[in-house]
Amino acid sequence: MSEEVIKAEGLTKVFNKHLTVVDHVNFGVKHGEIFGFLGPNGAGKTTTINMLITIMKPTEGKASVLGFDIAKQDVNVRNVVGVVPQEYTADEDLTGLENVLLCADLYGIPRDVAKERAMELLKLVELTDFKDKRVQTFSGGMRRRLELACGLINRPKVLFLDEPTLGLDVQTRTATWDYIRKLKKEYGMTLFMTTHHLEEADALCDRVAIIDHGKIVVVGSPEELKHSLGGDLITLAIKENEDVSGLIQKVEHVKEVRKEDGGAYRIKAEIGEITTPFIIEALRKKGYTVTRLSLTEPTLNEVYLEYTGKSMRDAEESREATFSRRMTMRRARQ
Amino acid sequence: MSETNHNSKSRLHGIWALTNRELKKWYKEPVIFLLSIITPILWMGLLGKSMNISAVFNTGSLPLPQINPPLTLEQALQLKDYFAGLQSSIMQGAFSTTDYFSFMSVGMIAFTALFTTMFSGMSVVWDRRLGFLNKVLSTPVSRAVIISSKVLSATLRSMFQAGIIILIAVAFGLQFGPNFTILNILGVFAVIFLICVGLSSLFIAITIRSTRIETPMAVANLITLPMMFASNAFFPTKFMPDWLQTIAKFNPMTYTIDAVRQLLIFNTDYIQLAWDFLYVGIFATIVATIGIVLSWRFLSK
Repeated sequence: MSEEVIKAEGLTKVFNKHLTVVDHVNFGVKHGEIFGFLGPNGAGKTTTINMLITIMKPTEGKASVLGFDIAKQDVNVRNVVGVVPQEYTADEDLTGLENVLLCADLYGIPRDVAKERAMELLKLVELTDFKDKRVQTFSGGMRRRLELACGLINRPKVLFLDEPTLGLDVQTRTATWDYIRKLKKEYGMTLFMTTHHLEEADALCDRVAIIDHGKIVVVGSPEELKHSLGGDLITLAIKENEDVSGLIQKVEHVKEVRKEDGGAYRIKAEIGEITTPFIIEALRKKGYTVTRLSLTEPTLNEVYLEYTGKSMRDAEESREATFSRRMTMRRARQ
Repeated sequence: MSETNHNSKSRLHGIWALTNRELKKWYKEPVIFLLSIITPILWMGLLGKSMNISAVFNTGSLPLPQINPPLTLEQALQLKDYFAGLQSSIMQGAFSTTDYFSFMSVGMIAFTALFTTMFSGMSVVWDRRLGFLNKVLSTPVSRAVIISSKVLSATLRSMFQAGIIILIAVAFGLQFGPNFTILNILGVFAVIFLICVGLSSLFIAITIRSTRIETPMAVANLITLPMMFASNAFFPTKFMPDWLQTIAKFNPMTYTIDAVRQLLIFNTDYIQLAWDFLYVGIFATIVATIGIVLSWRFLSK
């Protein structure tokens, strides 16, 4: 099946009449894929999700989820999608199980079915041992997993994940990725996620849309996007003090050669791991000795840099700050 | 997870789940639960018993005036009887009951209802700040149900506390009116239900757009003070200046308190009681409607 599960056409959100947060975005999410929205803080990712899950009304444009119009059939949309929000939304005063059952009640799932599902989901996210503990005592990773369990209680066909690994340590993050992959593989779920982690988008998403200032800059699979940059980057230096640019240029698949000030050569080439031996071979034949060599595959950071003209890293700082402030407030409340 | 959802749902589904969530924060927390019972005991024990207004009019102990020619023993006894009777007729005239404690303990019920509903209104702000509201909004629960569950939990809590206060008041010596029956208690709960629905809708309407707790808190305080004191909660309105009487006449608290007094301690005036119910009922209906309309408008952005 390859019909589009989520479809957005000219989706726009304007706050206070002049602050355009999402600016005429168009995209389609195919059945059974993990679709990622990649962009810095304030790019409009969460607003897009909020419109798709019908918490916010779009100012302009339209979108549908599983064929239901988000503006006109909002209750239908809410019935068939699951949401794992960015913040921890579980009620701290209730236990893990009580929280999941509360979610089930909100979807109108009968109690007996709900109990069965809740236990199954708590097992999936490995919280069975903590089900009767209050959420207050949970760690960040456990809370995130609980959110995941809540988001899955209505057996959604489409799951929306807003920054699913925000604030988690590397280990927990990797574990969360495994859960997400499992959902796709075992349940054939379609997942729409936002992230500002380039590695995350690269590791998880089948297709990525890079969003900046409310606009989608480019859409494609991580491989395609990286490929579109013109291939891998090879850096090498030779012992001899001669310009061999012309020679390297003649090797098959080499796209661009630049000699740098230090005497090293920066070579852009498709399929770097195959091209590199040919370059060495070509140089050796002419009697040159390669002294130093490195091969880098482009990451999404380079892609991001290419399309938006700035690095992703700058944006991350403020997001983490907001997050830690929210946590402080939570603690202050107790 | 591929089968479709065949969940039987009514328009009201989720209301009990959300209400129970609020109530759990109260009854599963022993300290909060205990405090919510102890506080009215303290209020009534201290305020109710210290403001011993009937003692102010304890005319029976006044010495008889020395007049010429001296009173006969019979006349003196008659006069003493007259003075002794003055106390209860003054109390009866002012408070429509001879016991001030009975009078004010009913005011206390209204007082507790007011504050309980105020705090539950504030919980909308917490739900918004902590993200819980967003989660609920992303489920198929109706927006009106979200607000109704807040109203319902505040109301149930207030009704429980009202029951406790009545019990305590009886223990402290509340004097029931001449035509009090156990059925009147049901009437008391009915009117408390109405006022609490109205009050909690009012406070939720104030806080529904806020993301900060400070502003609605100040507004709520501004409202609760006149609601409490520009009413007949602790003192009859007939001794108030005209302008204050006018405010009290529009204050739904006045009608609530009067209804509870008619039912518990007064010689019941059924026509007045009907008016009280009507006024409080209309107040509740209007404010609850406003609350639900606002929830449609402002819960989604």
